[in-house]
Amino acid sequence: MGPTRVGRTLGALAGLCVAVGLYLGLVAAPPDATQGEVQRIMYLHVPSILTAYAAFTATFVASALYLWRRDARADAVAVSSAEVGVVFTGIALATGSIWGKSTWGVWWTWDARLTLTAILFTIYVGYLMLRAFAEEPQAAARYGAVLAILGFFDIPLNHLAVQWWRTLHQPSSLIRPGGPSIDPALLVPLLVNLAGLLLLCGYYVVERTRLEQMRQRAMALRLMRGRRG
Amino acid sequence: MAVAEVMRRTWAMTWKDVRVELRARERMNAMLFFAALILFIFNFALGPDLSKLREAAPGLLWLAFLFTGMLGLGRSFQAERENGCFEELLLTPGDRESLYFGKLAGNILFMVMAEALILPLFAILYNLEIWSALPGLFVVALLGTVGFSTIGTLLAAMTAHLRAREVMLPLLLFPLTVPVILGSVKATEALLSGAGLAGAGHWVKLLGGFDVVFLVVCPLAFEFVLEE
Repeated sequence: MGPTRVGRTLGALAGLCVAVGLYLGLVAAPPDATQGEVQRIMYLHVPSILTAYAAFTATFVASALYLWRRDARADAVAVSSAEVGVVFTGIALATGSIWGKSTWGVWWTWDARLTLTAILFTIYVGYLMLRAFAEEPQAAARYGAVLAILGFFDIPLNHLAVQWWRTLHQPSSLIRPGGPSIDPALLVPLLVNLAGLLLLCGYYVVERTRLEQMRQRAMALRLMRGRRG
Repeated sequence: MAVAEVMRRTWAMTWKDVRVELRARERMNAMLFFAALILFIFNFALGPDLSKLREAAPGLLWLAFLFTGMLGLGRSFQAERENGCFEELLLTPGDRESLYFGKLAGNILFMVMAEALILPLFAILYNLEIWSALPGLFVVALLGTVGFSTIGTLLAAMTAHLRAREVMLPLLLFPLTVPVILGSVKATEALLSGAGLAGAGHWVKLLGGFDVVFLVVCPLAFEFVLEE
């Protein structure tokens, strides 16, 4: 089975949105007053991490659904969005590192939010490894779901502990009480990029889920043939 | 009535593990020797400069605690699997929760025993003044151990069924227990600097909070891990 209409539509919209967003962010938007051109990396950095959060939230919801209903489709969504989330977290870490080098002077610092993102990354890489090492598909799905839920509950605890530990990252200017504290000239490109990456994430998850379901079917068929022969 | 029954089953599980340990001594021996070894290795890692070591003492101490504890956690379910006892465990009547709490109590006990050796040995080998902070250290070590073991027991049950299980336990355990590790190290740091339990107060409270959350979530998750 080829890509579905939903997948194709999402893909086309994502492509369009990302293209417009990148133009707005890299060309049309004014450079930052103090940081200069390098600040444009924000248009990729901030949407990436927000998209990763969305993907991990989807993993959490799908995992809970799997444990409740035992629907293989929910599991396919869970593993797919976790994979996509790890990729976007990786992008956020990499772009943040580049941004950090030019504004703070270091590639990495053990600031609260950076540390937290690194922990997030390791939890979900662990999730993917756990699934890869499980001996049977049902066990992979079940253990994965338990770990995804545990990991999701662990995030606020990590947040609390790390917040007490240290803080250097600039506070969130997008999601905060009282609305965004950012100039509209910068806000619009940022939001377009966010929409683009969210659509892209949706497209990836839809396509990856399709692949996962094909894999599940292939595994089931192989198992059936093994039993018969 | 129901609570008493769960307690009785939990105790039976813990006592079984303790009795196995008393007879075979495979877990405790390995843990204690490993703990001594790791303290020995710190000396080579940091050189003969004792002041440097003293600065890093809270972190090093917890590294020794956690690595040793992890060794024990891994054994708790692998031993059952190797001896083909997993199915029999699942056949025990009553809730899975008593199984979990029984295993957990055993794991905490073994880890605390290892810590009881590591702490004085560490102080003697590196000439640290810890004796006045001892009551506080005990509280922090216990809270940290409970937090680490609650998640650890759950993950040990999970990873016992995986390929490459020895590798997977630490890979999953350490990222999830970062809050506990951070809290324990920070509280220990405050205690070793002579601040007393009051000085370490907010970290101790945070640790206690984490323990409560894990103690609620992990037994519930355990039900799903032990389905066959």
